[in-house]
Amino acid sequence: MSLDLAPGERLGLIGENGAGKSSLMNVLYGLYHQDSGELAFDGAVARIRSPQDAIARGVGMVHQHFTLVPNLTVAENVVLGDEPTRGGLLDLEAAVRVVDETCKRLEFTLDPRERVDRLTVGSQQKVEIVKALRRGAKTIILDEPTAVLTPQETEDLFRITRQLSEGGATVVLITHKLKDVLAFATRIAVLRRGKKVAEVTPAETSPDQLAALMVGENVTNDVPAAALAATGDAFLTLEHVSAPGLNDISLDVRKGEILGIAGVDGNGQRELAEVVTGLRPFTHGVLKLGATHWKKLTPAQARASGVAHIPEDRLRRAIVGDMTVEENVALGRQHVAPFARGPFIDFAGRRERTTKLLETNDVRPLDPLARAGSLSGGNQQKLVVGRELDAKPKLLVVVQPTRGLDIAAVNAVRAKLRAEAAAGCAVLLVSLDLEELLALADRVVVMFEGRLNGTFARAACDELELGRRMLGAEA
Amino acid sequence: MLQVLDALLKSTLEAAPALVFAALGAVISERAGVVNVGIEGMMRAGAFAAAVAALVMPTPAGVVVGMLAGATLALLHAWLCIRWRADQVVSGMAINLVMLALGTFVLEARFSPNGTPSIAQLDRYLTGVPFIGGFTALTVLALAAPFALHGVIQRTRFGLRLRAAGEKPQAVAAMGVSVSRLRYLAVVCSGLLAGLGGATLSVAVLDRFEHHMPSGLGFMAVAAMVFGRWTPLGAAGAALFFSFGSALRIGLTSSAPGVLEVVPQGFLMALPYLLTLALLAAQKKGAGQAPAALGTPYDPELR
Repeated sequence: MSLDLAPGERLGLIGENGAGKSSLMNVLYGLYHQDSGELAFDGAVARIRSPQDAIARGVGMVHQHFTLVPNLTVAENVVLGDEPTRGGLLDLEAAVRVVDETCKRLEFTLDPRERVDRLTVGSQQKVEIVKALRRGAKTIILDEPTAVLTPQETEDLFRITRQLSEGGATVVLITHKLKDVLAFATRIAVLRRGKKVAEVTPAETSPDQLAALMVGENVTNDVPAAALAATGDAFLTLEHVSAPGLNDISLDVRKGEILGIAGVDGNGQRELAEVVTGLRPFTHGVLKLGATHWKKLTPAQARASGVAHIPEDRLRRAIVGDMTVEENVALGRQHVAPFARGPFIDFAGRRERTTKLLETNDVRPLDPLARAGSLSGGNQQKLVVGRELDAKPKLLVVVQPTRGLDIAAVNAVRAKLRAEAAAGCAVLLVSLDLEELLALADRVVVMFEGRLNGTFARAACDELELGRRMLGAEA
Repeated sequence: MLQVLDALLKSTLEAAPALVFAALGAVISERAGVVNVGIEGMMRAGAFAAAVAALVMPTPAGVVVGMLAGATLALLHAWLCIRWRADQVVSGMAINLVMLALGTFVLEARFSPNGTPSIAQLDRYLTGVPFIGGFTALTVLALAAPFALHGVIQRTRFGLRLRAAGEKPQAVAAMGVSVSRLRYLAVVCSGLLAGLGGATLSVAVLDRFEHHMPSGLGFMAVAAMVFGRWTPLGAAGAALFFSFGSALRIGLTSSAPGVLEVVPQGFLMALPYLLTLALLAAQKKGAGQAPAALGTPYDPELR
């Protein structure tokens, strides 16, 4: 792998999961060590053994998962590790001044005295940038920075980075979002399986070409949008449902419809999915599944009513990593045919059903005895999707179904969801990725601070308007 | 009435320092992210070492030896928890059990089963003054230490890093500061304070090491830390309150012996502990009081 970075340039580094983007940058930041080869700064070979070495060379990194201390203030976080002192005591006034100056220079606002856990994700990211700059960063690496941002926040981030690069800094954006890299970069490097396969400029390429380069074959980036499904009666209805984290939610999901839930992470989407699947008790209101009214719902009752759940955290909520694939397939239906005969496990029946399920869902390896935890993320997800759909659900609750998957797996999962809805299933889809919602959902509901903040039919969806609502703006 | 008040206040101030030191020790370790339920064992080591050392040297020097004994055990705890990523609760309990047995063994082998010979107690000041008279230097220190530790945690570079290490060690490491070194330092300081608390028992409250010391005070110190929400001032306040509970017990039995005819003595003995339990159970659970990374060994690979 060879790559060079020039001052004032914005490099987009794209590739699928596991293509080596993050590994490469972690080497540059001293978190990993190269087996062979050299790093050079301004022509001089340098050894980077730790983040301190990288910081000393002017490299700053904004990790995908922030390294901020939630209960400290913005100023305290910015100076952590190199704190100004006066007479042996912390000089927090100096820290506050540092933050104020940087904010002024880059034209954004941050309250240096606010605790970090009270900030939005977008603001926390700015704290990380201020932190890197304070340490004298001339090369700033942003690892998947837009994954959790609203369109407005993304726009703001790109404006800031543009300003930084015009000031002579080098900015590297690691992402798998083609749209972002085209909007951001002055140069694009495509990685595949640990190798650089192409270097292009945004002007001379297209999303389709980039996608093909990333995957190594021609794929369309998206499943074509189906015509709006003819939807039937409501299968799921919530009437004034409240729960910890949820405030007076009324909505319905019709048979054959995909209802998308949009929102910034942590605004009640997860709680909503948990209430509908019976995992979280609700305190007020009524939940209707088909014709039955529920004031209390257990996960068993939800399942018996035809609710299937594809949760966000596969390894905590959907799969037992240490058990085999076939044991995982039986989970939830372990007591009924073909997985059981009377009180005993039906080994032959389980094996047969599992093999069929692996084949139809293209789960690799095709081995019912493989340890589920050893499967790749994409294959784990295909396994979960296959299992949940195998139960012939009437309502499918899906949270972040394609996070961390490669393009091929994303397309496979999305196609399954579409097909399921077309077959008459009601689908409740929670995603932080607006593009995903716009590609799949028939209607989109925005959640903000545990309540609904607007419903849009797909045809009427405007990304900027959705973004405004996600940040709490009223109609 | 005034006499009762005088006795209550005096015995509160008598009992409090040991508990305050130990509770502060618990705070400093746990704020850095290392659970320390070995406070009890470290206090026992401190009490024993101080009483034995004071047989051959001036009592204040014995106190220092007691602190070092606590710190030595703490270093063992830190090594197990940081170097070997041992379960922090198990390591702490192991220290308690080992010290319980080792203390008894050495006591019986070298001295008498009940305790060590008498030593010179620390000097007492203003013995004639009502309400507060008869305190030792350790009492003064115990009243000042919470404020000092509060200042250290809130206002110094070390304190900021300590808080960060207990909440999000990855953030500390990413800025090029060693999480391990911070945590070693915090746990050893915790042992120094626990040892000091133990020494207080054997050189100021009594004049020798007794076989049952510190009889659960270490656990009450941990309870005081929880009740004080992991802050020095809160933990010290809780420690003072618990001490008042034991003073109440002593006061009741000595000033109104008639009580014993109505209430069994065993119940009165258990009063401070029951008070601790009741308070902990009644305390409202709020979000984000314990350090977020408490009890989790720092793994640089994890982010």
